Amino acid sequence: MDILTRSRTKSPWLLHYSCGSCNGCDIEILAALTPLYDVERFGIVNMGNPKHADVLLVTGPANWRNYRVLRNIYDQMPEPKLVVVVGVCGSTGGVFDKCPNTLGGIDTVIPVDVYIPGCAARPEAIIDGVVLALGKLEAYGT
Amino acid sequence: MARTAIPFGPQHPVFPEPVHLKLELEDETVVGVTPVIGYMHRGIEKAAELKTFRQNVFLIERICGICSFMHSLAYCQGVEALTDVEAPPRARFLRVFWSELSRSHSHLLTLGLLADAMGFESLFMQCWRAREIVLDISEMTAGHRIIQSTCSVGGVRRDINSEMAKEVDARLRALQEMLDRSISPVFLHDYTINRRTEGKGIVPKEQAELLGAVGPTARGSGVTVDIRQTGYAAYSDLSIDPVVETAGDSYARTKVRVRELSRSVELVREVLAMMPAGEILVAVSNYPEGETVSRVEQPRGEEIMYLKGNSTNYLERVRVRTPTFANIPALLGMLPGCELADVPIITLSIDPCIGCTER
Ligand code: SF4
Repeated sequence: MDILTRSRTKSPWLLHYSCGSCNGCDIEILAALTPLYDVERFGIVNMGNPKHADVLLVTGPANWRNYRVLRNIYDQMPEPKLVVVVGVCGSTGGVFDKCPNTLGGIDTVIPVDVYIPGCAARPEAIIDGVVLALGKLEAYGT
Repeated sequence: MARTAIPFGPQHPVFPEPVHLKLELEDETVVGVTPVIGYMHRGIEKAAELKTFRQNVFLIERICGICSFMHSLAYCQGVEALTDVEAPPRARFLRVFWSELSRSHSHLLTLGLLADAMGFESLFMQCWRAREIVLDISEMTAGHRIIQSTCSVGGVRRDINSEMAKEVDARLRALQEMLDRSISPVFLHDYTINRRTEGKGIVPKEQAELLGAVGPTARGSGVTVDIRQTGYAAYSDLSIDPVVETAGDSYARTKVRVRELSRSVELVREVLAMMPAGEILVAVSNYPEGETVSRVEQPRGEEIMYLKGNSTNYLERVRVRTPTFANIPALLGMLPGCELADVPIITLSIDPCIGCTER
């Protein structure tokens, strides 16, 4: 493994953006960062800056207002980038299916690499999903 | 002096949610602030008219994942009033049990985020470590860490047996010890916390009343208001003294939360000890008819839910007034005059929940 791929997969930086979620999955993402689950042991750090991030974690369905923000954040991230959707409502619309202001899943706005099921997704599932996504980063090469 | 406009959000490292404020600055001082909304709007109120009143419970729970149980509680109480059903006594106590669990996990969450916003990482981790105890209890009793999904029209859907009650009690004692040892003293006496929050974002009592602040934001300004005192669910059988501080600044609001947190943990244990035996769910055989207003005290303050039924399986109108919505005017009163660096902390001190507010 060359040094670039190695540093990407051993220390991916996350960016979290909440679209129209209910916060259930957002707080589970935060819970994955705190002592009990502690994803930092995999080198995963939560970042606030899209320009530094490798993996974008999105929760909640896109709506008519936030899809531009989401696209903007996605465009600001440098290649190679991954998008991981956390929770069913971000994957397909889920419980907010018939809500008038939602566009449906995140994949209606930006390409998605990994979908994590659950409402709310458990921290174990979130960690698993991110690790799965890292496999894709590895395959990306240099 | 030239004015600078700074967009604060919608994607901001401090907040898990898209809070968006347009700040106007003169030098480093905030002189104007305009909230921008809509990033999380889904249209739940409309969707609630398209689903049956029983299905709605699952939708209403997902207005906000942090106080999900209380949303469903307000909704179920409202529908019970419209269908002339009364929840059995054991169910009313179980409702208080999950309400207070939600309150303690919500307060720990927000205190942790506040510490994180100050850069006090170890305290953030401690708060969230303690919070895992509450989430474990929630998982053990309700089957899920965040969305308990136990409230139902006519009662609750899960019971707690005596072994479980014993285990919960033991874990809560461990939590109480942890709070007393490593969390409450830090929030109440630490120099850093004090300097970052004291005197920041002051709302005097009159202004808090005038702006209609609710919950810890109002109580931090000396307004004695706590909807639990109206005695919904089983609160009439418990003694509820509103926790009140008078300074009206971010520090006072933090202190209110820290003290409420201990009281919540006590309340859960009290409820477990005095829970009557009996059934937990009664059948609802008629359709909701008429209109009603149901109020509950959420971790962030008073929630008002207006429901209107027309004797069909569907409700005609569901209207939710969430606590953060009531607290935003107070927030706009707090920000002008503060420094830019204090904006995240002042905003967090009202514990904003945008998911609730925009639904
Ligand atoms: S998947 Fe469920 S818990 Fe997660 S954000 Fe969506 S509605 Fe909330």
